[in-house]
Amino acid sequence: MTETAKPYPGQWRRPPQLVQSRMWRIILWTGAILYLVLAIGSVEVNWTRVMDGLERGQRFIGGFLQPDFTTRWRDISTGLMESLTMTFTSTVVGVALSVPIGLGAARNIAPRWIYLICRGIIAASRALQEIIVAIFFVALFGFGAFAGFLTLTFATIGFIGKLLAEDIEDIDESQSEAIRATGASWLQLVNYAVQPQVMPRLIGLSAYRFDINFRESAVIGIVGAGGIGGTLNTALSRYEYDSAGAILLIIIAIVMICEYASGHLRRLVK
Amino acid sequence: MLSVETLTKTYKTGDRALSDVSFTVPKGQVVGLIGPSGAGKSTLIRCINRLVEPSAGAVRLNGADITRLSNTELRRARRRIGMIFQEYALVERLTVMENVLSGRLGYVGFWRSFLRRYPAKDVQMAYRLLDRVGLSAHVDKRADALSGGQRQRVGIARALEQEPELLLIDEPTASLDPRTSRQIMRLIVEICRESGLPAIINIHDVVLAQQFTDRIIGLQAGRVVFDGTPAQLTEDVLTTIYGAEDWTAMRKGASEDAEAEEEERAQAKKLMDAL
Repeated sequence: MTETAKPYPGQWRRPPQLVQSRMWRIILWTGAILYLVLAIGSVEVNWTRVMDGLERGQRFIGGFLQPDFTTRWRDISTGLMESLTMTFTSTVVGVALSVPIGLGAARNIAPRWIYLICRGIIAASRALQEIIVAIFFVALFGFGAFAGFLTLTFATIGFIGKLLAEDIEDIDESQSEAIRATGASWLQLVNYAVQPQVMPRLIGLSAYRFDINFRESAVIGIVGAGGIGGTLNTALSRYEYDSAGAILLIIIAIVMICEYASGHLRRLVK
Repeated sequence: MLSVETLTKTYKTGDRALSDVSFTVPKGQVVGLIGPSGAGKSTLIRCINRLVEPSAGAVRLNGADITRLSNTELRRARRRIGMIFQEYALVERLTVMENVLSGRLGYVGFWRSFLRRYPAKDVQMAYRLLDRVGLSAHVDKRADALSGGQRQRVGIARALEQEPELLLIDEPTASLDPRTSRQIMRLIVEICRESGLPAIINIHDVVLAQQFTDRIIGLQAGRVVFDGTPAQLTEDVLTTIYGAEDWTAMRKGASEDAEAEEEERAQAKKLMDAL
């Protein structure tokens, strides 16, 4: 408080958060950069093949710019119908199955042993990538849309089940406490306290999963699970890039329509 | 009649929320439960309908010991105990009517409640109660469209829809302004008087408690440190419950509030008469 007090410093530096020692910071940085350089160097690139590929890529982009909807229209439309059917049925069945599993996987309303079983199902569904599941179901049930339908249903359970369970765990407990205090049964508690709180999100997630399923149907078609993916795969292996371009444009258009529709839906159910 | 006998609650963390709490509430008595935050008021009323499991002791409502009931019996007991909450605890996305009818959940089967097909007498009672709390015009509105005071009225109607033998009321006025607080307290007490309903009200506001209740129980660190009439609640007692503070100033401020409210009501009445 005296006149002779030292002036306050005009400079401030943020103290190091992670590594305190300056020497270690330098060692870690140089080590990381050195490893990055060596690692990039170890990736083998076949430059002649890249030049070939560039030419193919050009044709691919050319196909995009001049998409051919007509030549293979019959194949495209059958594939498309198959994909849409697959998407719709698997989303509906998947969501229907994920509701009980999501309820069971919510710690605040399910007993411990049911919780563990349901979390197990969700973990299994999320651990296996769609393509792997699709290969398995194609081997089991043969080529076609049925394998695709099963794959997408299985994947939907993991996705919706997990997010629904998390949403249920986040509900306002005072509302469910009030419903329990009236002497409600477990089912009534779910219907009166949980459902009103999670319904808008469940609807939003289902709409979102619908367009994920549509995109995935294009991918799993490549391994033989039917739908537009199969058509796309055929077009690519015949080097018909103009038809392939047409298929990709259709997929993009449908995904955009889904996106718009689901956004609109979410606003409606707020 | 409700009797609480040596009720004790120790949480898993080892915190002792209640120690040997005993009291009885005869029919028609409105009890105010006061005490500082963390004294165990909220735990106490939740132990009565076992939203919180008590560790030891007994809670008898008209004879049966609630702490010993099986799950099914507990549901039957809960439906006769109405509860009103601090932040209203209405299901926000349900309509006012659904919130009130949810008071019947313990009485009707799942499908009836799922399809919202309640027996005619339940629906009639809901309309009557909504009329009683002054919300007839808001039956079809969603609960989240109402103001704080209106929501608490829905909460009161929901509790009464249970045809309760006891009301448990947790900080009914904590999120309301002083004037609405008084209105809500008056409504609760009037309703209890009308039907001889016993009630336990957790309440922060000592002045409100003194003004509206028949009896006050003071809780401090999980023990009953005062049990008597509002008139017996002297400054010394308040100091044992809450610690030292200037109680006279608080009372003065509160009585000014009450006076202002009286004045306002008189004025409103004059206005009404003039019309």
